[in-house]
Amino acid sequence: MSREQAEQRIFGVLRWVVIAFLAVITIFPFYYMVLLSVKSIDQLLLAPGKLWVSLSELTLSTYQNVLQPTDEGGQGFLRMLANSGIVAAITVALTLLASVPGAYAVSRLKFFGGRHVSALFLALYLFPSTLLAVPLFVIFARIGLQGSLIGLAIVYIAQTVPVSIYMLRNYFVTIPRSVEEAAALDGSGQLRILRTIVLPLAAPSLVATGLYVFMIAWNEFLFALLFLAAEPGNWTVSLGLSQLSNGIEVSKTVLMAGSVILTIPVVLLFYAVERLLTEGLTSGADKS
Amino acid sequence: MSTLRSAERRPSVPVTPEGPPGRPRRTPTLAQRENRTGLAFVSPTVVVVLVVVVLPIAWTVLLAFQRARLVDIQTMDFLSGWTLDNFTQVFASAGFWSSLGVTLVYTAGATAGSIVLGLVAALALRRPFRGRALLRGSMLLPYVAPVVAVTFVWEIALSPQFGIVNEWGAKLLGWDKPIAFLSTRSQEITLLGWDVHVPLALLVVIAFETWRYFPFAFLFLLARLQAVPAGLEEAATVDGATLTQRFRHILLPQLLPVIALLSVLRFIMTFNKFDDVYLLTGGGSGTDVVAVRVYDFLTARYDVGAASAQALVLALVLAVLLGIYFAFFAKKAQEEEV
Repeated sequence: MSREQAEQRIFGVLRWVVIAFLAVITIFPFYYMVLLSVKSIDQLLLAPGKLWVSLSELTLSTYQNVLQPTDEGGQGFLRMLANSGIVAAITVALTLLASVPGAYAVSRLKFFGGRHVSALFLALYLFPSTLLAVPLFVIFARIGLQGSLIGLAIVYIAQTVPVSIYMLRNYFVTIPRSVEEAAALDGSGQLRILRTIVLPLAAPSLVATGLYVFMIAWNEFLFALLFLAAEPGNWTVSLGLSQLSNGIEVSKTVLMAGSVILTIPVVLLFYAVERLLTEGLTSGADKS
Repeated sequence: MSTLRSAERRPSVPVTPEGPPGRPRRTPTLAQRENRTGLAFVSPTVVVVLVVVVLPIAWTVLLAFQRARLVDIQTMDFLSGWTLDNFTQVFASAGFWSSLGVTLVYTAGATAGSIVLGLVAALALRRPFRGRALLRGSMLLPYVAPVVAVTFVWEIALSPQFGIVNEWGAKLLGWDKPIAFLSTRSQEITLLGWDVHVPLALLVVIAFETWRYFPFAFLFLLARLQAVPAGLEEAATVDGATLTQRFRHILLPQLLPVIALLSVLRFIMTFNKFDDVYLLTGGGSGTDVVAVRVYDFLTARYDVGAASAQALVLALVLAVLLGIYFAFFAKKAQEEEV
């Protein structure tokens, strides 16, 4: 057997081992999450290693507990879902408003300092969010935005504008210039061109970017903890869930039900636009 | 090219024959107009970035040199109470240097881990097979799912009382007592007759970070792999290069720029990472990374000055490391050109 044949055979087997391993490590934790969320805590303690749940043992009371408002003895996750949705939606709107003109300018127009601006936007990632956390915490305490959902959304812009500009710019450069030039010949101004021609063409990219931003805002934890911890009425799902675990009387299976509820919206959204999103993120990687 | 053409085709100035006589017409050229619109378009973005990013960072730098507690921040002057105490406090405080060391080990381990696993995954999923699309989709789950939810799953799975890992470890591997993965600073294990102490909690946190971010590396590496021209590998096969040789001499050089970029990105992100460690261990059991210390200074002691100083030191260390990296990298690139 030649070396090539031996390697083909070894790596042919290894490949399937790797594929099985990847399937297990990525799917199993989420299966485990759902599994525990429909069990009762007694069954979990009785047989921690059991990997299925029989129909007679299946319970949805965990979900009921999590979703019920607090004054009815539940954990009030419906309210938190609404809060998370509001914060994420405001963040998406503000981020797109702030980054579309900038991304368009950087991708299309030649202007003084244009190349530095795009480098500057990327450099923002060098600064740790912990570095931003301290002054923002202080400023918000000072102007009374602490504990408000709008304030939180404003903080999130700092996290989302750079990646949003990066993704939008990558898409804008693929739109043929000739389309815009034709509009310019008709006497349209840049703003009108952007609004009536470029944005409709870039709709897929806007959707992908918007959803990525939504995902970041929905999943965010540090700033929610810093700014909202004192305002239980404004808690996001991420924050509410983490605070729930500090309560001793809350069972682990209820925590898992909360985790499922927190995960489902963002995973559904992600798979709705998976291809758009992965292309938006990685375009550029295949050109280097 | 296209800008040149457009300049010829497009009437660059509105023709105004009725301009004031005797004075040279001063209508802006196309380039000037484009310059102006460009600046106008980019300014909202710049303003937003200034307000939510640059100003806060500038203020952090000021606060780091001020005597600032949260209680008197409402009343204090922007520019008073200068002191260097915050920095002496940071450097002298117990566990600062070990915390920096932990941060470095954590960052390097998680960066290398996620890129290596991402590379292995990209190579395994490169050629189509039945169910590839499904697996590809599910592989993004760890990256997409909210950090609070996935840390809970890990916590419960690793729990010594009812976690599935300890249950199966006892059943299949014969562990004699359950292991508290997330609260064990140092675990003694016997490896080939040697007793070794491993920083268990830190390793678990690194494993978590590797697991959560390998999909990111996977996405970028797969995109690059699929852009490698097929002819290159075919030619090498004809020349008798084996699978490993083709990887070493054809694929790896093509992937290196992406790997370098990913290393820098992941290193920066992990170095500043707060939530993963905080949620898994709370910074205990030998996992006290600097980002968690900043949070503790801020919320437990309400010491804004010390928290700022700590955050600033963290940012400076990162900047120095990146500086070294780029100096080394630029030098290497030059050598290769020569």
